[in-house]
Amino acid sequence: MSDRPGVSAGMCTDALPRGLRAPRACGRHILAIVTIVAAIASSRAEPLAVGQGFPAPDEHGLEGTWPDTSGARVVVVDFWASWCPPCRAAFPVLDAVQAEFGPRGVRVVAVSVDQNRGAMEAFLKKHPVSFSVVRDAGMKLVQRVDVPTMPTTFVLDGRGVVRFVHAGFEGDATRDRLRGEIAALLEETP
Amino acid sequence: MKIRIRLILAALVAVGLLVVSSGCTSVQPWERANLADYTMRPDRDPLHAAMSEHIYFSREGSSGGRGVGGGGCGCN
Repeated sequence: MSDRPGVSAGMCTDALPRGLRAPRACGRHILAIVTIVAAIASSRAEPLAVGQGFPAPDEHGLEGTWPDTSGARVVVVDFWASWCPPCRAAFPVLDAVQAEFGPRGVRVVAVSVDQNRGAMEAFLKKHPVSFSVVRDAGMKLVQRVDVPTMPTTFVLDGRGVVRFVHAGFEGDATRDRLRGEIAALLEETP
Repeated sequence: MKIRIRLILAALVAVGLLVVSSGCTSVQPWERANLADYTMRPDRDPLHAAMSEHIYFSREGSSGGRGVGGGGCGCN
């Protein structure tokens, strides 16, 4: 407690011990300020989770045409890049999913986060796919969605709500889970 | 006057800490194109890798190199 009138003990009122060493009260204030400002500075959007609606794609400046998913019963959105080996490994599985479930109202959309459009186009030329591919050139959608890893695949229901999330690609295990989830969603919406 | 100086000092320290702490950032999963590039691999050049391995083995021979015992003479 300070004995000086009009000065409270909570402020930085104690004498500096030596040099620039701050008194204890000052230390607490500095720590609080730094913590708050650092928390604000480091805050970012929460990752998209199950039960949340997928953001509107046309608000994020995507290159390419997002397919019309208004009548789709299930939409599979895959975030990938040509420099990511697991993403490339997932492509045949996504292609098979589109071929198998496409006639039943399933749409697969791959969102490339390649900064190098040429690299993406070269990969697609070498490995053509039957599903839609768009490019998130400005990285806006992927930042909004905040994918935990590459690739990340979101399975949406007909209302655009995220029902399942696949972080990473684990070969046959991912393929089997994906097929099971899509089949279950199709049963929900006859 | 003293209080004012202390407050200014406290603010300067706070700003300094903030500047230092905000200098750290993590590379997001979708930003790793350069890190995933072939040229970032340490073993991209077989000749360089072989020479580095030889130097490492010779230098570290006394402690077994890469799991193989050596005399430490640097004559491997």
